Amino acid sequence: MLDIKNLHVKLEEEDKEILKGVDLSVEAGKVHAIMGPNGSGKSTLSYVLSGRDGYEVTEGSATLEGADILSMEPEERAAAGLFLAFQYPVEIPGVGNMTFLRTAVNAQRKARGEDEISAGDFLKLVREKAKDLRMDQDMLKRPVNVGFSGGEKKRNEILQMAILQPRMCILDETDSGLDVDAMKLVSQGVNALRDAGRSFLVITHYQRLLDHIVPDVVHIMSGGRIVQTGGPELARQVEEEGYGHLNEETA
Amino acid sequence: MATPTRVKQQALQAKHDALEARLAAMTMPAGGGWIVSARNAALTRLRETGLPHKRDEYWKYTDPATLVQPEPVQAALFDDDGEAPVFGEIDRVKLVFVDGVFDSDKSDDPSLAGVEIERLEEASTRDLHWARDLYGTLEARGQSPVRRPLATLNTAFATDGVLIRVTGRAAKPVSLVYLHRSETSDAILHHCIKVEAGAELTVLENGPAAARFNKVMEVDVAEGGTFHHVRAQGRDHERRAATHIFAQVAREATFKSFTLTANGVLTRNEVVVEFTGDDAVAHVAGACLGDGDFHHDDTVFVTHDAERCESRQVFKKVLRNGAIGVFQGKILVQPGAQKTDGYQISQSLLLDEDSQFLAKPELEIYADDVACSHGSTSGAIDEEGLFYLRSRGIPEGPATDLMVLAFLAEAIEEIDDEKIADDITSRLEAWLARRR
Ligand SMILES: Nc1ncnc2c1ncn2[C@@H]1O[C@H](COP(=O)(O)OP(=O)(O)OP(=O)(O)O)[C@@H](O)[C@H]1O
Ligand SMILES: [Mg+2]
Repeated sequence: MLDIKNLHVKLEEEDKEILKGVDLSVEAGKVHAIMGPNGSGKSTLSYVLSGRDGYEVTEGSATLEGADILSMEPEERAAAGLFLAFQYPVEIPGVGNMTFLRTAVNAQRKARGEDEISAGDFLKLVREKAKDLRMDQDMLKRPVNVGFSGGEKKRNEILQMAILQPRMCILDETDSGLDVDAMKLVSQGVNALRDAGRSFLVITHYQRLLDHIVPDVVHIMSGGRIVQTGGPELARQVEEEGYGHLNEETA
Repeated sequence: MATPTRVKQQALQAKHDALEARLAAMTMPAGGGWIVSARNAALTRLRETGLPHKRDEYWKYTDPATLVQPEPVQAALFDDDGEAPVFGEIDRVKLVFVDGVFDSDKSDDPSLAGVEIERLEEASTRDLHWARDLYGTLEARGQSPVRRPLATLNTAFATDGVLIRVTGRAAKPVSLVYLHRSETSDAILHHCIKVEAGAELTVLENGPAAARFNKVMEVDVAEGGTFHHVRAQGRDHERRAATHIFAQVAREATFKSFTLTANGVLTRNEVVVEFTGDDAVAHVAGACLGDGDFHHDDTVFVTHDAERCESRQVFKKVLRNGAIGVFQGKILVQPGAQKTDGYQISQSLLLDEDSQFLAKPELEIYADDVACSHGSTSGAIDEEGLFYLRSRGIPEGPATDLMVLAFLAEAIEEIDDEKIADDITSRLEAWLARRR
């Protein structure tokens, strides 16, 4: 599904390399988790994959089902099936959540040569997904993320994911800011989407999330590289021991 | 070297020279009746002030030369490419002016229950007390503390206009449509609107009107009355306009005015509102879209001279390719106008670095128990927001449009009628889509 090879990324504005040769392959139907110390480059990887400005790829490649996504516009990547649940979802005053969702759904459909969704079907879809996430109608009417609590913003990300049905879902610290119940709801939302044709890359600091969304593979990122890869037990090891052992190994 | 007093004297002389030059090119409309004395009084006032000059403090950001000069600058007619007419879907009583001349063939029959509609040109010889008392009166009062000579010129020389008196709840809006058919037309229209106690009326205005348009609207809203005004100024790129609204808002009355301006080489819209009774409401809003050779000036003056009145000024400007936006807005709270609630916001969204927004927001408060706030900002599209939208699959063009519409939303929300607001929004969307 997603293949990242020797990806080197520096900041556009300054001569600072942040990703220093990332190698990562997420197979179709699998859930991969990335853990790693603050500042190790996890969010940068997710931004570069989704096409945010400000970064320069100096080496390496990233493909989604064989297509070079790094040469695409952000909207093309989305239409190709990539989705990033932001670590810090953006507030957009004046743009209603519903308008935003409908515009996004229809833009993606158009890009794929499909017809627009009918107003009725769209409403039904949103109501159903919102109910699963216990988001009330009032939140749907408000401007995108404006006045949402931290946890509500994260839920709104998952709502978008549930509606857009992307094939490659990247979740950047979706668990931070969620209370225990919300974490369960969000995990249920993610698990409901798990199927053979869809993959997840879950960035998190905590084992707690991975108790609910059980990963197939766990990676540790440090200093702009994947330095360790293992099974779910690796996450438990991090939870108990922290990242202290990395320094000896990578030094 | 010219001394400061010399410069001042020269500017003053220039204002009077400009007036004499303009007067030489004009004739006062024929006809007698009550209007003659109003016109003559205006002319006398005008001779005291002269016409605006770019050295006037009030015209610091907008050069009035082409609004003042004897002949209008020629303005090419605009091909709207078959766009559906503004307010075309609204059930309304349409009154059409072509280059400032009333066209009865194009207009609807002006009969509407609870509403008396007369043409200025015909009514002046008739004994319409309310119109006689209103014509030029609010304009004259609006000359203090700041002079507005173009409005005085209008009172003296207006060739036509409508006089509307509302005694009930008007079932539909009165829609003034201004067509532009001559490249050199110079239209001067003066409307008087009297909303009697408890009555309700919506007035719509749209169209460029002429190569150069000078328009005054005097609105007197009596106790508990409601007046809504929504206007869409014409899309002709080369048109010029100087408009004034003078409103007097009595106890528990409501006055709301919204203006959409897209295109136009020069527009100066002045709105002067005075609260004369307690517990009244006045909202003045504007959304403007400028691309290239575009200069738009909103100059607003709200005077609170009563208790517990609420005023809002909401002005949003989207500017690109060197367009210029101006906002001069003032809230004056007189002694004793306690519990005044005054709000003013003026913002511009600059779509590139060539465009400019010049703002002079002012509060002048002489009462101690009031809540007034004002803010003015100028900024670019929020890149974070834009990326967020694009990351969900919305292409850059439509995503930018969404951000622009979001920016304008607070102004559009000032339009109460949903259907009218939708019409205005569709104009904004079309304007943006054409520029993608
Ligand atoms: N635009 C930027 N300007 C300067 N430094 C940046 C920029 N973007 C990222 N960095 C730096 O790159 C490094 C990686 O940041 P990134 O946000 O990817 O880390 P992270 O692994 O997501 O951390 P966390 O766990 O705290 O979320 C950090 O040192 C960060 O300060
Ligand atoms: Mg991060």
